[in-house]
Amino acid sequence: MSTTIALLGDFGDAVQFIFQERESVGGGVQVGGPEELWGFAKTHLLVSLAAMLIASAISVPIGLYLGHKGKGEFLAISVSNVGRAVPAVVLVFFLVAYLGNGFLNITVVLVALAIPPILTNTYVGTAQVDRDIVDAARGMGMKSSQIVRQVRLPLAMPTIFAGIRTSAVSVLATATIGPYADVKTLGWPILTPQTYGFSGQLGAALLVALITLLADAGIGYLQHVVTPKGIKLAGEQGPTRRRLALPTRRREAAT
Amino acid sequence: MSPTDAVGLFAQLQTRDRTGEANCVSEDGFCPDWIADNWQRYQDPFVEHVVLTLVSVAAGFLIAFVLALIAHRRQWLIGPITAFTGALYTIPSVAFFFLLQPFTGLGKTTAIVALTCYTLLIIFRNVTTGLQAVPAEAKDAARGMGLTENQLLARVELPLAAPEILAGLRIATTTTVGLAALAFLAGAGGLGAELDQQPYFKSNVVVAGGLCVLLAAVLDVMILAVQRFTTPWQRASAS
Repeated sequence: MSTTIALLGDFGDAVQFIFQERESVGGGVQVGGPEELWGFAKTHLLVSLAAMLIASAISVPIGLYLGHKGKGEFLAISVSNVGRAVPAVVLVFFLVAYLGNGFLNITVVLVALAIPPILTNTYVGTAQVDRDIVDAARGMGMKSSQIVRQVRLPLAMPTIFAGIRTSAVSVLATATIGPYADVKTLGWPILTPQTYGFSGQLGAALLVALITLLADAGIGYLQHVVTPKGIKLAGEQGPTRRRLALPTRRREAAT
Repeated sequence: MSPTDAVGLFAQLQTRDRTGEANCVSEDGFCPDWIADNWQRYQDPFVEHVVLTLVSVAAGFLIAFVLALIAHRRQWLIGPITAFTGALYTIPSVAFFFLLQPFTGLGKTTAIVALTCYTLLIIFRNVTTGLQAVPAEAKDAARGMGLTENQLLARVELPLAAPEILAGLRIATTTTVGLAALAFLAGAGGLGAELDQQPYFKSNVVVAGGLCVLLAAVLDVMILAVQRFTTPWQRASAS
């Protein structure tokens, strides 16, 4: 019974930390509360969004091009394998030690993390579009650029968004260790318990988990929205798209 | 020259010998000398890291495998189990290590519970898809030869699903090595604790981070070898 109360106590305290300012562990300063945490959350979201936009702007065109040409399978697959072999955390420490601190540097790290899933998924999604559909489009007189934009891209949308979803989750999670690069994201209370105490750590952890789950659900919804009606219908009747022997980047554990 | 002078001179020589390293270390540089002198300090964290990884993957494999076998007979369970393990999977590990602390406190237990949770989705999904991909003809032939459902599972379905299952184990293992680098937040040590102590010291980051990458690569190759050895009829490489 007393354990149950203790549990409630820890989480209750953490929630209180989120909604109410309090004196820091060392004393002297006020910490916690919506105002301070919103500042951290803003930095957290900003750095993640910047990284996602840059990574998408780089990976989607390259993936579309390679997928359309049917070239670069090796590149697309190796990028994803290398991405998995070097853990996100280790990458952050490497780049911070060698590039130094700052918003720009943590963005670079996050971009590097976000590229592999988006690139691989865009490539696979574009390449696995049924040959017959592409031939039909060509027979109707479409130019190569039209085929990419009007046929391959829409059909690859669900796969591309699955990649973006994977990336977003790992970027939001990894942004938590931003304070190592002197960027005060929501990881700041987590990594400075001497000021924020355990309730600060737990409170920030709750917020990080909440933001990530919301982003995952949000992008999942977007994925549903951007899926062409034809695929949704086809999905109900069984898969009609040719399945390539390529693995799409499946969801991977967040940092 | 008196003996004391000689000792003094010798000490000076030694100091001079070491100034290069001292400079390098004070500049947070990459110092091979320092690494050669200090590699022992990475032994214990490395062992901790290996233990965290192996225990979590083993526990996760056991749980996910049993779940997959249950779901194999009751297909409607696949959806809910995938959704649940998927939700666990989405929670950032930094957060997970803290969310568990009110229940399990600081220490290895917290880290292992969290890391185990992360392996569930990968292994469950791969076992399930592996079993589903077994050709219907193979199963029909086995039934025709009089195998019971349990014999069918043990002698036909599991061996044919082995490459997919082991591929899942590989992904789970490399992922866990990476996530274990944050287990220090749960008070469980590991190589991440070394990274955390001197995050700007290049030598430290290269050794501790390098060991993480090396561990992931070695374990990956080991499971790949097991896969090749146990499924000689299947030379298709795992993704």
